[in-house]
Amino acid sequence: MKTVSDVVDWLSDADHWWGADGIAVRTAQHVELSAIALAIVLAVALPLALWLGHVKKGGFLAINITNVGRAVPTFALLTLLALTSVGIGDQTVILALVLFGIPPVLTSAYVGVREVDQQVVEAARGMGMTGFQQLRRVELPLAVPLVMDGVRLAAVQIVATMTIAALVAGPGLGRIISRGFATQDRPQLVSGALLVVVLALLVEGGLAWLRRVVDPVRRAYRASGDAGELPPGPTLGVADFVGGARDTTDTVS
Amino acid sequence: MNLRTGNCLQANSWICGKFITTREHQLTAALQQHVVLTVESVLIALAISLPLAIAVRRSRHATGGLLGLATAIYAVPSLALFGVLVPITGLRPATVLVGLALYSLTILIRSVLTGLESVPPDVVEAARGMGMGRARLLLRVELPLALPSIFAGLRVATVSTVALATIGYLIGEGGLGNLIAEGLTNYFKAEVLTASVLCVALAVAFDVVLVGLQRAVTPWTRTRTRTRPERVVGRSS
Repeated sequence: MKTVSDVVDWLSDADHWWGADGIAVRTAQHVELSAIALAIVLAVALPLALWLGHVKKGGFLAINITNVGRAVPTFALLTLLALTSVGIGDQTVILALVLFGIPPVLTSAYVGVREVDQQVVEAARGMGMTGFQQLRRVELPLAVPLVMDGVRLAAVQIVATMTIAALVAGPGLGRIISRGFATQDRPQLVSGALLVVVLALLVEGGLAWLRRVVDPVRRAYRASGDAGELPPGPTLGVADFVGGARDTTDTVS
Repeated sequence: MNLRTGNCLQANSWICGKFITTREHQLTAALQQHVVLTVESVLIALAISLPLAIAVRRSRHATGGLLGLATAIYAVPSLALFGVLVPITGLRPATVLVGLALYSLTILIRSVLTGLESVPPDVVEAARGMGMGRARLLLRVELPLALPSIFAGLRVATVSTVALATIGYLIGEGGLGNLIAEGLTNYFKAEVLTASVLCVALAVAFDVVLVGLQRAVTPWTRTRTRTRPERVVGRSS
């Protein structure tokens, strides 16, 4: 395969790594803007989702925001932002990343808290815990797997949106791919794509690992020595994101 | 805003009725390409995921491996996936179709598997007791009961595909994405906004059609108060 050797050649050229728009700089931009956006998403969406899940209100919003987010093409939103008077800069790219990062966190964390066994919450209330204590010490620890799913989905979404930002002359690794497409330079195109694949899989794998590590239930089982009997934790699914597919009657109250 | 006078084209307004009337043919053609691309890729994905899920469902290892692979592919940004496909399928429209079908596949394989898993064991037992063979059991009992889950996956896959397809403009096969890209190059606001709005409207229209279709083919779910179909996660593209 000629393409394979061309790609290897492209990736082993030191000039492509170092320099003003080399791989190193592009990767740094990609990671930096993504990290800033994820931090903003967590600061905005997480408290809101946890609180909505605790009071069991706003389920319609929390669940349907993901459907809305999915229907809007990232490319369309980025192009619209690029044509405003502000234009595409770090701030507008971060704004787009945040807008697409919020829905998964909001939905997952909301569902995570709402799905906590109500008998456990009742018991906590019976022990005299305040609403905040119930959320902090009972609901949040039990919701950790789903909250972490939301964080992982948001991170993957942000890294993907960041890649598309290159199509409207934004920064990041996507620039290597878009330049490859624009100049019909296949080695560059494929090399850029492979770099983004590696980054995306590192983010996905890293956050899937973090989910297992920070899950208090799993840790408690491991500490007690019978990890083999760990019950399968809660998981997210289409039903949590498709309006009407899941029973949401309890959100009316 | 000079919506009625036609000066909105010169003024480069975001909303411009004149743009829609003068470029009607182009808009219709782009919309049509978008619909065909979406329907084809989702149907290809469905045609592959159904037999694949049925083949692996008895093996825990095969199921786990397939779902792991699906999760990994799903994490790859669309632009990078198209890029990786170029050496295999070339800079041709097929690359867009294959890429879109792959994304739908990762969503559908999960929803088909979860749907089949959700069939209550006693229902399967009862069907066996009535003398049903494996093929009849699958076609008459298991697949119909898996339909709510399969439809949930179809809705997520279709809506995602409508959004994802816009990137296909890079290979000249992006439907409404071609117009968005053209508007970006020419700094033409009305073209970008109109194509974007049409894209979202198309996604909503597909979703409504699928909900209607689901209600038509699963009449029993309307009388049952609680259904808990499966769970897979989607992401915007």
